[in-house]
Amino acid sequence: MIKTLFDSKKLNLTLHRLAHQLIENHVGFNNTVIIGIQPRGIYLSDRIVKLVKEIIGNKPIEYGKIDITFYRDDYHNNNIHIPSDTDIPFSIEDKTVILIDDVLYTGRTIRSAMDALIDFGRPKKVELLTLIDRRFNRELPIEPDYVGLTVDTIQTQKVIVYWQEKDGKDEVAMIEKS
Amino acid sequence: MPLSVKHLLGINELTVQDIEQIFKTADNFKLVLNRPIKKVPTLRDTAIANIFFENSTRTRISFELAEKRLGAETINFSASGSSVSKGETLIDTVNNILAMKVDMVVMRHSASGAPWFLSQHIDACIINAGDGINQHPTQALLDAFSIREKLGSVKGKRVAIIGDIMHSRVALSNIYCLLKLGAEVMVAGPPTLIPKHIASLGVFVEYNIKKALEWCDVANILRIQLERMQKPLFSTLREYSLYYGISKDLLDSLSKKIIIMHPGPINRGVELFSDAADSKQSIILNQVENGVAIRMAVIYLLSGKREINEPI
Repeated sequence: MIKTLFDSKKLNLTLHRLAHQLIENHVGFNNTVIIGIQPRGIYLSDRIVKLVKEIIGNKPIEYGKIDITFYRDDYHNNNIHIPSDTDIPFSIEDKTVILIDDVLYTGRTIRSAMDALIDFGRPKKVELLTLIDRRFNRELPIEPDYVGLTVDTIQTQKVIVYWQEKDGKDEVAMIEKS
Repeated sequence: MPLSVKHLLGINELTVQDIEQIFKTADNFKLVLNRPIKKVPTLRDTAIANIFFENSTRTRISFELAEKRLGAETINFSASGSSVSKGETLIDTVNNILAMKVDMVVMRHSASGAPWFLSQHIDACIINAGDGINQHPTQALLDAFSIREKLGSVKGKRVAIIGDIMHSRVALSNIYCLLKLGAEVMVAGPPTLIPKHIASLGVFVEYNIKKALEWCDVANILRIQLERMQKPLFSTLREYSLYYGISKDLLDSLSKKIIIMHPGPINRGVELFSDAADSKQSIILNQVENGVAIRMAVIYLLSGKREINEPI
């Protein structure tokens, strides 16, 4: 069974809202950097960065990507994940970092991302932006600061975010595994 | 996608996809190695034994560094000063080490086929760090990786392997690896140091060093291994260096700039002269640097195959 949570119109509205929320809290983006989590989080972070730039007038924003493959805690139980590139061409020392991922589920990915991040320096503060928050499935005490949509799901359900540039459509869908 | 093999014993057992996956993973580890903190915690629950029955500097340090930078625990064992000199067999030695809960064994041995023999008798994952005159797979991988890094790809490139082909495990592994990746390979050196039927592997054979250098894009120069020669195969080292030694003058006399590689240790003034070894055409130190990334990739990809312990 497939249930559409966001169509492209609603997704666009939500992205605009998230971009405005970021700007509200980080006026000017002077000491704030944005880091997307590979591989699926970067489509969201690309969009958010583009929107923020449009709104604040194309001021350069420090934007990087982080791969967490080598920091995972399920290395021996799962199949090997193919690493993607990490690209953080600036210092994060004493800056506010906004981590961006598409779906927040158990929290383990974010735990790995924070570990990976700290290998690059000591940020002043780390915030988390996520499009979908599956709030009842957390296995670690991690909460998002900016949320697109909170959904109540059970473990047999799956939430997939499709992006135009990768999958040919903008949509968020919940799939029930049978 | 895991590798198709459980152990890394030789290059010929790997598929092209395996090699490409190792390269792609090594690219990422190279990025890690250029960061302020050159370490990831991936293998913090893995213990690796480096068992060296034969001398080594580069390979051993490179493996140990690769293991440490993956967060693994390492123990080092060398045959000299161990119970091997009291007459303990290879299987007993390794089984005793494995009884202390080691997950992976990196082994170098002077007998060809020793890692293969061991893989038939123990469960742990084995990485061959050089066995006799047979294979040295991680060296071949890092050589091909260095060529790929310098020239963009290995496919279609011409690589000459020059020197002591007969006693070289690096030569054999390199031939398998380069041919798999679509390069053209030539072996060159004095006839006494080139095995008889080597052309049947699909390589060109050349006895004139100048012609070999004119033909190739990359020259991988091997060490003269006096310690493995049972009988004299050329008259003197001086004569060898006169006819087969590579100098800057010789390189400058060629019609194009070729790339110089050497797996080390270099006999300076024998197979390679200092002015050529230290020239801009040489990527010898890049090879060493890439060695750590390649070994991290191999260990990472193989240790994923480990069976997890039963829950208590």
